[in-house]
Amino acid sequence: MEIAELNVAALRKMLDRRDISAVELTNYYLDRIAQLDPDFRAFITVSREQALRMASAADQKLATGEGATALTGIPVAVKDNICTNGVRTTCASRLLADFTPIFDATVVAKLKQVGAVLLGKTNLDEFAMGSSTKESAYGLTPNPWDRRHVSGGSSSGSAVAVATGMVPLALGSDTGGSIRQPAAFCGVWGLKPTYGRVSRYGLVPYAPSLDQIGPIGRSTEDIFLLDRCIAGYDPLDPTSLPEQAAAAGIVTGSLRGLKVGLPRELFGDSLAMGVKERVMAVARELAAAGCILTELSLPSLQYALPTYYLLAYAEASSSMARYDGVRHGKRACSGSDVAGMMTATRQELGTEVKRRILLGTYFLGKDCYDDYYVRAQQVRTWMKADFAAAFTECDLLLSPTTATPAFTIDEEALDERALALTECYTVAANLTGIPALTFPCGFLNHLPVGAQLMAPAGAEQRLFQVASHWEAATKRQTRCAQGDQKGAFYEL
Amino acid sequence: MNYETVIGLEVHVQLKTKSKLWCGCATTFGAAPNSQVCPVCLGLPGSLPVLNQKAVELGVRTGLALNCTIAVCCRFDRKQYFYPDLPKGYQITQFHQPLGRGGWVEVPFAAGQRRVGITEIHLEEEAGRTAHFPPEADNPGYSLVDYNRSGLPLLEIVTAPELRSPEEARTMLETLKVLLEELEVTDGKMEEGSLRCDANLSVHRPGEPLGKRVELKNLNSFRAMEAALAFEAGRQGVLLTNGAPLDREEARTWNEAKRKTVFMRFKEQATDYRYFPEPDLPPVSIDGQWVERLAAGLPELPEARRGRYLREFRLPADDALLLSKNKAAAVFFEAVLGFYNGEAKTVSNWMLGDVTRLLKEEKIGFTDLKFGPEDLAALLSFLDRNEISGKIAKIVLAEMFQTGTPPAAIIHARGLFQINDPQAIKALVLETLAANGEAVRAYKSGKEKAVAFLVGDVMRKSKGRVNPELLDRILKFELAVDEIKDIGVD
Repeated sequence: MEIAELNVAALRKMLDRRDISAVELTNYYLDRIAQLDPDFRAFITVSREQALRMASAADQKLATGEGATALTGIPVAVKDNICTNGVRTTCASRLLADFTPIFDATVVAKLKQVGAVLLGKTNLDEFAMGSSTKESAYGLTPNPWDRRHVSGGSSSGSAVAVATGMVPLALGSDTGGSIRQPAAFCGVWGLKPTYGRVSRYGLVPYAPSLDQIGPIGRSTEDIFLLDRCIAGYDPLDPTSLPEQAAAAGIVTGSLRGLKVGLPRELFGDSLAMGVKERVMAVARELAAAGCILTELSLPSLQYALPTYYLLAYAEASSSMARYDGVRHGKRACSGSDVAGMMTATRQELGTEVKRRILLGTYFLGKDCYDDYYVRAQQVRTWMKADFAAAFTECDLLLSPTTATPAFTIDEEALDERALALTECYTVAANLTGIPALTFPCGFLNHLPVGAQLMAPAGAEQRLFQVASHWEAATKRQTRCAQGDQKGAFYEL
Repeated sequence: MNYETVIGLEVHVQLKTKSKLWCGCATTFGAAPNSQVCPVCLGLPGSLPVLNQKAVELGVRTGLALNCTIAVCCRFDRKQYFYPDLPKGYQITQFHQPLGRGGWVEVPFAAGQRRVGITEIHLEEEAGRTAHFPPEADNPGYSLVDYNRSGLPLLEIVTAPELRSPEEARTMLETLKVLLEELEVTDGKMEEGSLRCDANLSVHRPGEPLGKRVELKNLNSFRAMEAALAFEAGRQGVLLTNGAPLDREEARTWNEAKRKTVFMRFKEQATDYRYFPEPDLPPVSIDGQWVERLAAGLPELPEARRGRYLREFRLPADDALLLSKNKAAAVFFEAVLGFYNGEAKTVSNWMLGDVTRLLKEEKIGFTDLKFGPEDLAALLSFLDRNEISGKIAKIVLAEMFQTGTPPAAIIHARGLFQINDPQAIKALVLETLAANGEAVRAYKSGKEKAVAFLVGDVMRKSKGRVNPELLDRILKFELAVDEIKDIGVD
């Protein structure tokens, strides 16, 4: 098997046995990026020299054995809205084209501490606002299984880099599905952790009450390893949860008696038939393993999308206020006074970002606030209660991650409603703060289909357990996609 | 004109914490521009605020001292507007659920003491400071921003509109300043901006509804505040007299150079700040037991102290007010009493009289005194024991003030003990009478004033040491004896 197709555990074995050095491994991936990325634009910045320095340091760490961990010497890519000290962080925006942070995000500091090798910064929709990288100032990242299709968004650079084997692991961020949707479209694994489990310090905010950093990888174990590394209490993030004991590994015991809920609202008519079939196949496999399937209703879900839009856009309008040309990012030279300069500077923002700022500004206006923001918060509170009630009846929820596989690039441009439909499966986890994991569960017309598991806050371990059971039971292969392969690598 | 003026204050207090409200940056005043900054107070993308617990503590202490109900749970909100000194494009403040509500403070107005309501207190962050450099020959002018001030912790105190004159507003602000200093929650330096004040003022005819209010900004000193309010009350009064009262709320600023308020904007043009709960900061639960402990730890505040001085020491009202509102004076006063057996009123007289005069001349305060309370007590005891005269005591005090030498040492060294021996005084008097025949004659011819000259002569000779009371009696006696001699009675 090619190195690109190996999972982290296999790479770990090679590094530990000195079959390959971290520098060699890094060079391998750098070469692969050089070869493949012109077609995909998954990376905005490849930090080649830093990567080789880090790899060399990792080799020393491995040689002495001191402080070596599961990720020492393993290359990781970082979404370009996560601050990296000394490496530019553009958020795929023209405004931040030259913005180089002076500090590391906590997740980046943690990766550096364990000796992971940071390869570079991955493409996204501008400021993580979008579902296709159509909104990136650095170009659209096409789907690795069929380049006529989108790879989703906003963490599509990370998902594509992992799916094509340009990197074994990557960090994404998820505000309404930005890790899970591109992971599903690209046939890889992604986790949106419990809100507060992973520090947001250094994540350029889109909607701070919903944003969460999480891992993307090519197996359940891979995302487990990355999640374990980045999770934990951070005094720099006031919304950070108290420290939890880190799990040594994924729980592997029997699934017998585990109650799996199937929310009726997430298996409705908008779901593509083939997607439903593949997700139901997962359900059947879990039932065969002893899980108890329960159909249930989450009535609050019908309001999930409008609630998400209201809250996310309201917060976005505020998050984006700092890009006024005074202190951060580019400054427009036109404008006769400060207000003129600020206005001209903000013209540089992309259409979608501007649209969300305008809507969010409107929602927060003093005449609208009670009717929009306050009501949305009430729905959010109801939704949390609704989900809490559901979790008294079941241990976790199973649903599709998206309604359809990746749509074509043209389709996406034409049909905004289709775009919205892809988000309605994912936003609930952000609104309620619970963890959600997506894993590939088959192909539909040569494009991957993702299944989503949701669990109560803090119960990531349950998600890993079930996802890894499915992976083992179905003996999924983790081949890399490189462009226009027809047909599935995952035999059902 | 018989109009009523209604004034409410918004007082911004910079809380005395070592580090800023959201980060560990220092809060030292006057540091080099942008030398006390970090990603958080620069609002760098990705940075997050972490609440300074000390600021909450100082806020709660203030709220308790202002008799506010402290929130069980308070929250922060974003107030959104664009300004170069606001690096995040919003200010983190408290709008929906402030730290405290519904308090009051006793204020000793000239017309008598009265309670003034405190509407709310809330925590917020300070913005940076913008400096503008006007165009010159070779450049088009520019502005610079210093972010040292960005993120300093502020407590805003909003008073009820219960002040009736510029003088009352000033007294209110002075009372608050004293109270805040007493609590040690702020430096309270208006000149450094650690205490700032905006005011709302409206004017109406008695019995009629309140007028449209004007918000006055830039009131940077007590004097500016009083002058601005007086100007504004007069301006609005004239408008009312002319039958064209204000029909819109507006904001005005005080122009110190022109000595007048200047229009800024109408309130309906005011920015919609689009307040919403700060998602980066979870709500702050305030533990009731912690609040109780803070309440128990509050120092005695000026108002309580004033009452005690009236009750315990039977001081006159003015003395009690003056001593109680100056913490250093109060501490010194009570320390003197610990060493002194005489009347509290005597201590108060000397402290508010001679000592205060000396302090004012040097522009220093009670904490800067070179002598201690035990020294003032000793001085007053010498006086009470008649060992020195009042005049001598003033001389001794002046030297104590200059050098810090204890009074006993000064009195011994300079031989300033009072002459209380009648024989010795008689000898001095006879000497004077013999040497000043003319004055004696003048006295005998009915010029009472000549006595003062003769007293002065004895005092000069004795360097002021003669017991003035005895001197007066002995002098008058000897003059009478002299007169009897003249008449020829033996």
